[in-house]
Amino acid sequence: MSEIRLELTAPPHLKAPDTTRRIMWSVVGSLVPVIAAATYFSGPSALLVIGAATAGAVLTERLVGRSGSLGDGSAAITGLLLGLILPAGIPMWMAFLGGAFGIGFGKLLFGGLGQNVFNPALIGRAFLQAAFPTALTTWPATDGAWAALRGDNFALPLLSPNAPDVVTAATPLGLWKFESIPTEIGNLMLGSTGGSLGETAGLLILVCGGYLALKNYLNWRIPVSIFATVAAFAALLHELDAARYPDAPFMLFSGGLILGAMYMATDMVTSPVTNTGAWIFGVGIGVLVVLIRSWGGLPEGVMYAILLMNALVPFINRATQPRVFGHGRDEAPA
Amino acid sequence: MFLRRSTFRHGVHPPDTKHLTEGVPIRRMPFPAEIVLPLRQHAGKPARLLVEKGDHVERGDKIAEADGFISVPIHASAAGEVTDIGLWPHPDGSVAMAVRIAVEAYSPQIPRPRIVPRWEGLSPQEVVAAVQQAGVVGLGGAAFPTHVKLLPPDGVNVDLLLVNGAECEPYLTTDHRVMVEYPERVHFGIRVMMHTLGVDRVVIGVEKNKPDAIAALDATKPSDLDVSVLPLTVKYPQGAEKMLIQTVTGEEVPSGKLPAHVGTVVQNVGSIAAIAEVFETGYPLIERVVSVTGPAVRNPANLIVPVGTKLRDVLEFCGGLTEDAAEIVLGGPMMGACQPDLDAPVIKGTTGIVGLTHAETKPREAYPCIKCGRCLEACPVYLNPQQLGALAQAGRYEEMEQRRLMDCMLCGCCSYVCPSNIPLSQLFALGKAGLRRQKEHAA
Repeated sequence: MSEIRLELTAPPHLKAPDTTRRIMWSVVGSLVPVIAAATYFSGPSALLVIGAATAGAVLTERLVGRSGSLGDGSAAITGLLLGLILPAGIPMWMAFLGGAFGIGFGKLLFGGLGQNVFNPALIGRAFLQAAFPTALTTWPATDGAWAALRGDNFALPLLSPNAPDVVTAATPLGLWKFESIPTEIGNLMLGSTGGSLGETAGLLILVCGGYLALKNYLNWRIPVSIFATVAAFAALLHELDAARYPDAPFMLFSGGLILGAMYMATDMVTSPVTNTGAWIFGVGIGVLVVLIRSWGGLPEGVMYAILLMNALVPFINRATQPRVFGHGRDEAPA
Repeated sequence: MFLRRSTFRHGVHPPDTKHLTEGVPIRRMPFPAEIVLPLRQHAGKPARLLVEKGDHVERGDKIAEADGFISVPIHASAAGEVTDIGLWPHPDGSVAMAVRIAVEAYSPQIPRPRIVPRWEGLSPQEVVAAVQQAGVVGLGGAAFPTHVKLLPPDGVNVDLLLVNGAECEPYLTTDHRVMVEYPERVHFGIRVMMHTLGVDRVVIGVEKNKPDAIAALDATKPSDLDVSVLPLTVKYPQGAEKMLIQTVTGEEVPSGKLPAHVGTVVQNVGSIAAIAEVFETGYPLIERVVSVTGPAVRNPANLIVPVGTKLRDVLEFCGGLTEDAAEIVLGGPMMGACQPDLDAPVIKGTTGIVGLTHAETKPREAYPCIKCGRCLEACPVYLNPQQLGALAQAGRYEEMEQRRLMDCMLCGCCSYVCPSNIPLSQLFALGKAGLRRQKEHAA
């Protein structure tokens, strides 16, 4: 019997089945229906833009990142999410550049997976918004032929895109902000409104994110606190001045709030590790979203709200350290 | 009480995999050809040697004496001749002084009568002395001398005896089988402890995955004692002393303090049965129940094994190991240590011998920490393993101590849940050992 070569490893000798790889690829999988919906509403342009953003992210990770780090799936998530927060008509090279910038400057510069402070997809989007403000705010209308491109997706880098002969339309938030025109709530929920690729089909995103929450692949406290805060704050403002401030359902289902709350704010790396922290983080995002939308110069504020709260995460973590068993609250470690 | 708690906060749910042996009745294993008895089998000072090479010993004879109060004697678990006294592989992974006894063939192996006196009429002090002389230690794994727990420290009032029948480690079924097969013995041991400690309330905590044990203990409850059986939620580490106390009383044992400071004494159910057994039979603690289980063991069983039997002999009696055997773990798979050497013996604290195959032990790919927070949700003492792990990897041990590393019980919950497979509890074990060494050097 002594012929058997015994191994020596440290306890515990059992492991829970979830791995980082499985979590990340599950997130990718849960985005497939969202991408399908974007394609349903925006035609082949959706696939072109999302594909270009993902290619930019994945290629940068492959060239600059640690060897084998593509396998963890996090670069793919960044690319897909970035694609989903871009307009359908944007040239592919811009989407590609955004993905590369998000991974390169948003993640790899900090030390790769787990080290970044800001959500890489939002960094990519913020970069594009600063570099190409017009392209990033040109929203194609959702009617028209399905197969037609929603803009000059194939424009060459650094050349001004051909004047698109597609019809553009304002987003529901833009309509409200600049023209005080409300949008039918049913259209917002189902997705037949203007906006980023992933600003469509709020209900579907809720279902896909809810699946991740059930699997404990995202902290449900973050979207719940964001939605509750936005709803409460918006309802309060609407109560004060219904003509100026939209009601809570509109606030919840318009713009990128649902996608942002479900998929970007819940990025594990850039959100608090404590549950108390998750509540604070969510409330902070909710307040900032309503503030920016109501009084900021831009119609939409989810991106900046999340990025601002990302910056606060280390402080939130420090302030919400758990009280250790058998120690008083006052003697919590510094 | 309607909303009586049945568990603690946090913790993890590994598959309990007790089906291999939970229905297998306890059997006695035959005496092996050789017994090896390390002098260090308990927490506290090792025992002092009493025999010499060449001595003949009867089963139950004392071969080493308790060295001080926090120490217990060691008794020969079989009749035979002392063939050697020297260093021998110890199940903690080191080598330690041990007495080797060639077991006498054809011996009836009958101990001398009444080595341990009857308990009737003994004063609490005499019971404490008798339990120490019988060599009884906690059989739940830590092997803390039992008699020490029978004497609460001065100035504290103990009013609750908590009997730990949680057995929350996967695979292990020794406590389970003892409760099912010897419930009267458990109640008798409780009676002795109540008499000695002067407590009048007893709660037996048993995880709900052992309904037959709960039923057996309930059915044999003596009518004259205030004993209740509390079914507990199946969750690891429910059987950790502090978690069990929190579950039953709602109180947290202050850091660095004993359970007695919250008026409670916790005793493992197997140890209580051992107290009963030594008074019933008059024999000292020379054998114990061991679960020999796991997918790498051909015929899993619950065995009464003479203390000092080599792991090799126990495994052979259970049909040997399968082809794909990879690891032998002593104790449960969450906290138990791997054995490098099957010549190491079963000692008083050996709860189980778990054989794991390559399927369970295959190395998993490690990823960077993604700050998912699962370790914080798992830690039963509310530490921040994520932060402690980052500090450990940076070698910042002093900061780890400030962040309460010493409160870590090394239960392994954080490592178990970590999706990035960061060896957190291993890092913490190293950190704790390093800090302890630093203190010793400073002192």
